[in-house]
Amino acid sequence: MADAREALRVEDIVKRFGAVTALNGVSLTLADGEILGILGDNGAGKSTLMKILTGFHQQSSGKVFVRGEETLLRSVDHARSLGIECVYQDLALANSLSIYHNMFLNREIVYPGPVRLLNNRAMRKRAAECLEDIGVNVPSVDLPVEKLSGGQRQAIAVARAVNSDARILLLDEPLAAMGAREAGLIIDLIMRLKQKGNISIVMIMHNYAQTLDIADRVMLMQRGHVTYQRDSASTSVAELMDIVRREYRAMRANGQ
Amino acid sequence: MASVTDSGKARARPKHWAGAITRSSEARILLVAVILSAYFEAVNHDFLLTNASLQNLSQFIAPAAIIACGEIMLMIGGEIDLSAGMVFAFAPFIVHFANDAGLPAWASVLVGVLAAAAVGFVNGALTVYLRIPSFVTTLGTLFFVNGFTLTISQGTPVAPPEDAGFASIFGAWGYSEIIWAVVIALFMHVLLRHTRWGLHTVAAGANPLGASEAGIQINRLKLGNFIIAAVFAGFTGILEGFRITSIDPQAGGNQIMFLAVAAAVIGGTPLAGGSGTIIGGLIGAAVLGILNDGFTLIGINAFTFNMILGAAILVAMIFNIHVTRLARKGDL
Repeated sequence: MADAREALRVEDIVKRFGAVTALNGVSLTLADGEILGILGDNGAGKSTLMKILTGFHQQSSGKVFVRGEETLLRSVDHARSLGIECVYQDLALANSLSIYHNMFLNREIVYPGPVRLLNNRAMRKRAAECLEDIGVNVPSVDLPVEKLSGGQRQAIAVARAVNSDARILLLDEPLAAMGAREAGLIIDLIMRLKQKGNISIVMIMHNYAQTLDIADRVMLMQRGHVTYQRDSASTSVAELMDIVRREYRAMRANGQ
Repeated sequence: MASVTDSGKARARPKHWAGAITRSSEARILLVAVILSAYFEAVNHDFLLTNASLQNLSQFIAPAAIIACGEIMLMIGGEIDLSAGMVFAFAPFIVHFANDAGLPAWASVLVGVLAAAAVGFVNGALTVYLRIPSFVTTLGTLFFVNGFTLTISQGTPVAPPEDAGFASIFGAWGYSEIIWAVVIALFMHVLLRHTRWGLHTVAAGANPLGASEAGIQINRLKLGNFIIAAVFAGFTGILEGFRITSIDPQAGGNQIMFLAVAAAVIGGTPLAGGSGTIIGGLIGAAVLGILNDGFTLIGINAFTFNMILGAAILVAMIFNIHVTRLARKGDL
């Protein structure tokens, strides 16, 4: 039996798509309440790793442990039932629907009985409570999400995942295409989730400085491998840049 | 502690009732309907307040309104059913043949509705599983079903089942059709606004990829909505057959289908998908009926009416797109 404080462990994952090996022996562990930032170039395998953790793809070989139990994540629904939630880059929000309908999308609260009418009052109330709980301020949960800014929309998408009792939250580039102020709001939100505890977060990131600010630990992926892993406190942007630069020069020298 | 607030962009301003009216497409179109009614009533006192003209008006509104209910569900998902007018003509013939074969009136109507559902299933299956745009799918079934109806009818009208009591419920009594229209519209309004089916239809129309990532089965929804649209089109054809006591292979057609789409658009459902309103469609059909009756009573002929109808659709669309955009920005 593994450490009870371990949320997620991945051992030696390989994922092939035909002749292409997207992941070539990736291992990682995620402790309860920890924030792990994954950095790496396009094509390094970050998204493939994410899609295995969401149950969207299944690994060619290797093992996944959820809270110590070895588990093959068969489908997105299966991963979700184990408390693994992903916030995709496109946020999966329906713009014309209200904030509270979005937060309960496909998990709507309905009145008992055969007709199963939507219990909008309960959803509205719970959505407002959830947003207040994690410190997301919106004028009203009745607003359609198309009226929100990019940062607020990202916050709603994160809130939706939290609202569905996520224990392991996967964030795919949560700060992509955001200005400094908006990014700050999301960083604050992630830090608040961490303080509240009970949730572990894996983030795919591009910006090194932001990653070191938020994450407890950073992981660098290159060409399907994990090439570097360190506590954020014991590394620096310069060191990370240096590794990437060396790799890049080596590739150029090999004429790849 | 800092929090995720951006009051500069998003702002609720319920205090501006004028803004609220321009934002709610139902309120907008209702206002138009009331103004038009008042105008026609003022210039011609027989317009609304006589039994005959009211019945006449209701019989124009009802078919367009019922078919619009189905089209709206499809349009929210970015789809359309062009074959509705042909299913309208096809279903009553199935009722007639089933009745001829010895089935009682109620069972014949059921068979007719099921036949319409079958066309809807074909429309939906071709669109969803073979990924053919619904404009093309239903254009194909439009011609196919039309040809099929003309063939089985040999181009001649027939009589609906003879059962006076039954017939009066299903369209023969003057107001029965409009009662059906209102009941169906209320049912569809509840389906759209107060059930998961309706909510997921809107979500899938607004963000198909996102809706599937949330686990919503978009294909099933779309298939179901195609069947709903065809069932309403066929059922309306059956009601009309009982009302005019004749089933005509040339009935309905593209005219009634486009009237229904026009009612939907005027009522505030954009063709682009992602949003829509059943109540708006019902009032949209009423506006078309009011325009039609009102101009007829004033003495404007059918040719001119089409010009007015065309202008009304364009005005409604321009208004919807541009005023709604302004309202979304928070400028209204």
